[in-house]
Amino acid sequence: MLDILQARWRQGFRTVLLPVTQDAFPDRFRGRPIIDSTKCVDGCRACVDACPTGAITITAPAPATAPATATAPVSTSAPANRVTLDLGKCIFCPACVEACPTGAITYTRDHRLAARTRDDLRITNAEAPKIAALDAAMRKLLGRALRLRQVSAGGCNGCEAELVALGNVVFDMSRFGIQFVASPRHADGIVITGPVTHNMRQALIETYEATPAPRIVIAVGACAISQGAFASESGPVSGIPPEIPVDLFIPGCPPHPLTVLDGLLRMLGRNES
Amino acid sequence: MSAASRGTVRVRNGGVVALGALPPLEPDEFRAVCGVALTAGGRLVALPAFALGTDDGRDVFAVIANDDESELTVTRTRLARGAGFDALTPEFPEAQAFERELFEDHGIIPVGHPWLKPLRQAHLKTDAAQHTFFSVDGDGIHEVAVGPVHAGVIEPGHFRFQCAGEDVLHLEIHLGYQHRGAERLLVLGSPARRIAVAESIAGDTAVGHALAYAHVIESLAGVRPPLAAQTIRGLALELERVANHVGDLGALANDVAFLPAAAWFGRLRGEFLNLLMALSGNRYGRGLVVTGGVRFGLPSDMRQAFTAKLAETEADLRATAETLFSSPSVSSRFEQTGVVSDATAEDLGLVGVVARASHVARDARRDHPIGIYRFVHIPLALAETGDVMARAVVRWIEVQRSLTFLREQIAELAEGPLRTPSTAADSFAPDSLAVALIEGWRGEIAHVAATNGSGDLRGYKVVDPSFHNWFGLAMALRDNAISDFPLCNKSFNLSYAGHDL
Ligand code: SF4
Ligand code: SF4
Repeated sequence: MLDILQARWRQGFRTVLLPVTQDAFPDRFRGRPIIDSTKCVDGCRACVDACPTGAITITAPAPATAPATATAPVSTSAPANRVTLDLGKCIFCPACVEACPTGAITYTRDHRLAARTRDDLRITNAEAPKIAALDAAMRKLLGRALRLRQVSAGGCNGCEAELVALGNVVFDMSRFGIQFVASPRHADGIVITGPVTHNMRQALIETYEATPAPRIVIAVGACAISQGAFASESGPVSGIPPEIPVDLFIPGCPPHPLTVLDGLLRMLGRNES
Repeated sequence: MSAASRGTVRVRNGGVVALGALPPLEPDEFRAVCGVALTAGGRLVALPAFALGTDDGRDVFAVIANDDESELTVTRTRLARGAGFDALTPEFPEAQAFERELFEDHGIIPVGHPWLKPLRQAHLKTDAAQHTFFSVDGDGIHEVAVGPVHAGVIEPGHFRFQCAGEDVLHLEIHLGYQHRGAERLLVLGSPARRIAVAESIAGDTAVGHALAYAHVIESLAGVRPPLAAQTIRGLALELERVANHVGDLGALANDVAFLPAAAWFGRLRGEFLNLLMALSGNRYGRGLVVTGGVRFGLPSDMRQAFTAKLAETEADLRATAETLFSSPSVSSRFEQTGVVSDATAEDLGLVGVVARASHVARDARRDHPIGIYRFVHIPLALAETGDVMARAVVRWIEVQRSLTFLREQIAELAEGPLRTPSTAADSFAPDSLAVALIEGWRGEIAHVAATNGSGDLRGYKVVDPSFHNWFGLAMALRDNAISDFPLCNKSFNLSYAGHDL
């Protein structure tokens, strides 16, 4: 017993206090990418071609005040391209950053990536996706607790492992009243990981249906949001079925535990402090 | 590549077989050659079938490891859907899952296979209930069915226990829920997509699978990564091993309700993931491995920081392990639980920690060294009892040996280029087959890739260590109390996604 207490003393206090800044992450950490389309070279599609998941699209700039004509020289400050990066598809491999000849795409160490709608994950500049809290009625219903049932539907155990890590002494999500529970009947919502394989589709739907309404659905990881690296026309995965509406999207492959925690807390309308 | 008996070619790990030198044998002859190699101490590493283009035919390859000689024997036959050969399984149980896979994916019939049931339900959109399960009849026998959705935050699988009271007579493990079509994408995807898929075969083994992938591609392309890259790869693979082993020790402590060690190991696992993140930008080492080398190095300031962090963490780790292994309540739960005999481990062809815990001495780092392991040897860790305790002890020994490796290699790290020019690995030798074995933290990872006459990939086979080991878990449960299942399961900690692909 004494030995255990001694060992306990040596372990010290290890829980990460929120909010954290970018300095909590190492230099090479790939957090939220930022885009500066003004750096783009006309006609360049290097990032689009490099991206393994089709996360990047390029459109010509929207006509500003007057449509450009062949005779009017394009102003040098006007972007030749408008780059859109879909955080829901991004697996945070550095291929686009490496491919870009002018440094128009760079990573920050900002871990905050979550959004409430699919569209808010499509970023075009240096701003973080916006995210609104649940409405007041739902927040009142939840009180200070959030109980979640996790369903892995083809997840590689990367996302699952990070969700498990949220329970350890470092991330300790239970200090915010958030917990994973064994039964959907005890849950306020479900957390889905994986691209939803054909063989898990039915089990996912049944788990969702077994969760009492109103229920929250959270998609964690590129796979759950867009099928990530496994997206394919005719593969055995089909994504979260439309009858399961998603309330919170948390990008990453896998998302850092603090990315998940940040998304959950902001959905609950709680300041990270 | 060396010539052996007719219809076989022998290569080293990472070797390439020119298929012109390996004419297909008749199915019966193929079966006989496999039988001879397996009887002579060989071990089945892979049994892939690759399509031949338009017609229905398949090239079936057997890759058999001769661990003592550090060589791999490759042989091939050609079969149409509906054709087959006498099953290897009755004589060599290690072939059971491989032959079920051939049957399910290619319609090839291993004649006389005792349990020829689809392995992954990859081509049926049906649920588990429609399948036949092994069942035991008799007075007082009852059946317990669990999954696919489990109580914890884990991957899906279905378990059927046949019990007499508390005792498990038989456990059938029914998988396939995680099938994502990974091998198909490894053939059809762009190079950037393929490595992303490889890293996602089993997310806790991103480095291990990325390395196996990189080695087969580099072999086919005739590319050799620079020495500094090989060392960095080894560092990442050992960091991955330590992180997972430490996490597993914590999970084992948790399952016997020894919570202090569970909490501390849980935190310590994170320290190693954080080192991987400092190296690669991702806690699981994603993005580090590229074909032809690695993306990131370790400049001297990082080397110092790594060395200091490792020293500090190792001291905490020792104190925690001491607490765990000196607790009588832990020993009484770990010992004699979930025993796998060495004979069973041999018969089933188990690999990795699980095999070594049953005194079966195999470790691809030693037996089939590749990359940095050709120059630096990590002593093999063995235990004898084959129980949960043995699997815990082997992990702990391996943690310590990997830490020694990390310390030494970080100190000696050579400066130098980290990768060959990026497109060098994009064109492949035509009509060839490459094999790479990597000892991941769970055990042997095998990747096999073949090209067609124009040098395009035509087939890709992945064998995760879990593929060999799931049946070991079923055997570990025999005559154990069903309430010990969670503990036994943790002591194996196999991958569902890695099995289902
Ligand atoms: S970092 Fe994201 S957007 Fe860029 S190439 Fe990789 S997956 Fe595509
Ligand atoms: S998003 Fe990435 S880490 Fe998460 S399940 Fe998919 S492949 Fe694995």
